[in-house]
Amino acid sequence: MAHFTKATSVKDWLNQRLAVDKVEKVMASEYWIPKNINFLWAMGMVLLITFSLLLCSGIFLLMYYVPTVEGAFYSVNYTIMREVGFGWLWRHIHGVAASVVFLIMYIHMFTGIYYGSYKKGREMIWLSGMLLFIAFSTEAFSGYMLPWGQMSYWAGMVITNLFAGGSLHADGLVEWIRGDYVPAQAFLGRFFMLHVVLVPVAILGLIGLHFAALRIPHVNNQDGEEIDFEAESKKYLAGDKAGSKVMRFANDFLSKDMMVVGIYLLFFFYLVFYNYGFAMDPVNFDPADGLKTPAHIYPEWYFLWSYEILRPFPIDTGLVLFGLAQGIFVALPFLDRSPNAVPASRRGLFKIWFWAMLCNMILLTSMGKLPPEGIFSQIGLVSAILFVVLWVLLPIITTFEKKL
Amino acid sequence: MKNKEPLILAIVVIFTLVTYYLVEPYAHHVMHKHVESQDFKYTDLPAITKIGNATNGKELVANAGCTGCHSISKEGIAAPMDAVASAGAYGVNPPDLSEMGAILDANFLASLIKNPAHALKVEHKFDAAKGQMHPMISFYGMGGDIDQEIADMVSYLQSIAVSPSEVTPAMAFENACGRCHAVGYEKWTQIGTKPAFKHEKDSLAFDIKVLEYQDSLKVYMGKLPPDLSMYIRSRSQEYIETFVENPQNHLAGTAMPRVGVTADSMDKIIEYMLDSGDTKRHERESVGMKVMIYLLVFAIFAFLWKKQVWKDLH
Repeated sequence: MAHFTKATSVKDWLNQRLAVDKVEKVMASEYWIPKNINFLWAMGMVLLITFSLLLCSGIFLLMYYVPTVEGAFYSVNYTIMREVGFGWLWRHIHGVAASVVFLIMYIHMFTGIYYGSYKKGREMIWLSGMLLFIAFSTEAFSGYMLPWGQMSYWAGMVITNLFAGGSLHADGLVEWIRGDYVPAQAFLGRFFMLHVVLVPVAILGLIGLHFAALRIPHVNNQDGEEIDFEAESKKYLAGDKAGSKVMRFANDFLSKDMMVVGIYLLFFFYLVFYNYGFAMDPVNFDPADGLKTPAHIYPEWYFLWSYEILRPFPIDTGLVLFGLAQGIFVALPFLDRSPNAVPASRRGLFKIWFWAMLCNMILLTSMGKLPPEGIFSQIGLVSAILFVVLWVLLPIITTFEKKL
Repeated sequence: MKNKEPLILAIVVIFTLVTYYLVEPYAHHVMHKHVESQDFKYTDLPAITKIGNATNGKELVANAGCTGCHSISKEGIAAPMDAVASAGAYGVNPPDLSEMGAILDANFLASLIKNPAHALKVEHKFDAAKGQMHPMISFYGMGGDIDQEIADMVSYLQSIAVSPSEVTPAMAFENACGRCHAVGYEKWTQIGTKPAFKHEKDSLAFDIKVLEYQDSLKVYMGKLPPDLSMYIRSRSQEYIETFVENPQNHLAGTAMPRVGVTADSMDKIIEYMLDSGDTKRHERESVGMKVMIYLLVFAIFAFLWKKQVWKDLH
């Protein structure tokens, strides 16, 4: 058993029991971050802040939300929006954050792809990040069911129908998932449970894993430079702050994180108060009606690109490609065969691949919302094929990439 | 090394805005038909050319049989039947005429008196040639100049109504929309505002009356017209306005009549719907401003902190 002495201060008391000084060093002041990184490296903190906003607003909404098909719409649109003090604010924060968190996740992902931050020991960071993406997608979809509006109901209908597997006609599986022939009380109850318990718990665990995965390989930098963290941190601690290639996480990088967070919050709350419509689809302000299909059914914007990979093809081909699209980003560290962990700008063909992938994703996203008619369905088809072709090309072009 | 951050920020912002533009304004422009408002002028209807005389109008209204169906509560004329029985007889409860002169457009009122199905744009449903009569009977004149008589009646209705500036949001909505549409969040039913009852059986009795009324309405309209509590958010303001101005533009063949409100009354109706579906909009604006100021101060301090910390790092 450890030897305890009479504490000389509260801090000493805590140090003896919790080693707070050591924890502070490990987590903050001697957690070394390279200096040559730009504001894109603050997206992790921005995501953490956005997730905190989701969690806090969600807790308040949960106090008044009623998870029944008769009461859900009313509890959201009347009780929360009109009766509860600032209920409207919590709802708008929750709705806007649910949308913006995906924007930041996509920026975070494409930053990682651009700088090769999924290679040379950083594979687990990428994999845990992709698991987080999947968990957030589940969280977003299950949350979208809860207001029990027209879009909740019909999106729930369409997405659960996918599990019939096209020509497999696994209707039994669909009914098993719904707990009914159509989305109804059992369906709403299950998605409510997923949204407020199971998935948030998984997300919390995955965030821990994501952070832990960062520890050993350290944060990447914008020049693809291999930094000797041991030597550079000694230099810093010896007083050569300016000459060292690394800095403390806190307060050095944290101060920059907070600067970016400050600007981000201005943008975020501008959306919450003045431009929330994009995150709260008008169609979902009509109560769910199983006898009235909306003229256009589309998912929220962040799912549109994968929806558009499903839509232009015959059902079976579409489902296979849709499944592929959901999982393919997870395999990125293994499909990129190049040994170079440097920015895409220095990687020849991969540079073209990166920008082609990014532009194509945006094209797929916009076609996914537009009605599949005329030129839109042709562009959608070409983009969807290009998406597949790009992933087939990736191992080939990276295999032949010159070692730098 | 050159600072690349402004370039990176520009790229992130441009890609984000392009995506936003394509997914929001552009997609909605493609998906939703744009209908230009005619500013509630009803130019397809002839304008009143005669100068009306309210005193004559009062006599005409009394003699032409209007009050056989309509109440004019302001003049002490009660409805011959209650709302439920009226709906049973006509499909929908005929409106009280007290404020119609302020809420409806004068030219529209004149055309309505002369040929209801035409003014209401429901001739596809009420074709006299096929024996489908509109429940409101056309006015064929009392022997004099019919246009003069109609001008007198309109003038009378305007003389008893409040002045257009005194029309309240609830008055505009209840008169123009409220006999077909309920607004549950404002406790409005097709037969009036539901009172707070002391005894549950009285509350249930009221609900039964509403249901009976709705049964007649369903037969008359083809389906129960929707509750409009959240319509200000499920449809845009522009959509609601152009829809009310002429429902056929958005939904050809719909049973919903053109109700002929003035532009001012339309604004009041929108205000009523905002009160129901976007109740906290004023609070949102004032809180929004305070939060933005707070965050601006936060961002400035965060920037200064960063500058201070980083001056030793270079």
